[in-house]
Amino acid sequence: MSNTKTNWQLVREGILTDNTIFRMAISLCPSIAVTSSLRNGFLMGAAVLFVQVMVNMTVSAMRNVIHPKIRIPIFMLIISAWVSVTDMGMAAFAREAYRQMGLYIELIVAFASILAKAELFASKNKVVPSMFEGFGMGVGFLIALCIISFFRELLGRGTLWGLEIIAAKPLLIMVLPAGGFLTTGLLMGFFNWVDMHYFGGKGAGGASGH
Amino acid sequence: MSNESIRLFQLFISASLINNFVFTRFLGLCIFFGVSKKMETAIGMSITFTAVMVISSAISWFLFNYLMIPMNITFLKIVVFIGVVATFVQASDTIMRKVAPTLYYKLGVYLALIATNCIILAVPLISSDEGYSFIETLVFGLGSGLGFGLALTIMASIREKLELSIVPRPFQGLPIAFIVTGLIALAFTGFSGLLTL
Repeated sequence: MSNTKTNWQLVREGILTDNTIFRMAISLCPSIAVTSSLRNGFLMGAAVLFVQVMVNMTVSAMRNVIHPKIRIPIFMLIISAWVSVTDMGMAAFAREAYRQMGLYIELIVAFASILAKAELFASKNKVVPSMFEGFGMGVGFLIALCIISFFRELLGRGTLWGLEIIAAKPLLIMVLPAGGFLTTGLLMGFFNWVDMHYFGGKGAGGASGH
Repeated sequence: MSNESIRLFQLFISASLINNFVFTRFLGLCIFFGVSKKMETAIGMSITFTAVMVISSAISWFLFNYLMIPMNITFLKIVVFIGVVATFVQASDTIMRKVAPTLYYKLGVYLALIATNCIILAVPLISSDEGYSFIETLVFGLGSGLGFGLALTIMASIREKLELSIVPRPFQGLPIAFIVTGLIALAFTGFSGLLTL
């Protein structure tokens, strides 16, 4: 199966229509955990972006060599190799953030979305479209994490990227784990509402779960 | 009680209630939202999960302490653990189908779902990071599995009621489930003062 969409269409789809967090609601696990500050959310998003692009490119470059019967274990190996690279890179260059979210970086390996992209797209397409597809998905993920962590850090700590914006601490609950769920739920509902009112969508975003 | 067993009990409480995987560590959310729609599936899932978690963390502990540390290849732990977990789940799937077909028809579906789940992978990763002993690893796995089961059961019973209530349309489905989870998580923060480790 070859792909007829242009590269930019692929990027657009990854960011808007197929946004991993708000539209498809997969790979939520480690991502919500780190969004209590904007910097951690951004770093997590950047790590996922890197892993996704590299995995897509590797899988796509090797797609003619991989035997179809053992493709899933091979994909898992490729993913865990790139996650290990990211993990060690973060440990070396971003020590402070790594101390807070090291476990969650390691758990990128279990992201359903990365395996899904490798299986559904990269294993059937050429290297360049796969790279763009991974890039779009990664950027969509990065943006979603930044939006969530923007609200959580601003409302919970009154700071943004560590800089003080509001002197008081309006809603301490936002930096607690509970705030992560509440923010994500409210934002998801908000995007569904926007979709229903302005774009005529059915508001089915994230209804499938899993 | 001796000092050791008190410590194990603390570890168990901490893994199941205070640091509950779903509500304070945000792990296993995909499964959590996926299977918490019906009570029956939620219970089946929790049983399977707890069993797989305890056994796979035990296998990973042996590999980590007797193979990877002596050979100095601890940096490969992500690759090794995911291999162990996926192999173990696949193997138990095959064995269960032959040995206990009735059990397989009840729980087999869930086995396929959890092969590469983040929560299953998190237990060996955390216990190797913390340097737990073998018994501690087992208790930690058991506590985490039961904690996850507790979360699933609570959520499933709420969602069965939620089916009957009127929710604004943009919030139907996942968004309201997230908000409900947020409220339960808030309740679970009350456990954080229970004991200090």
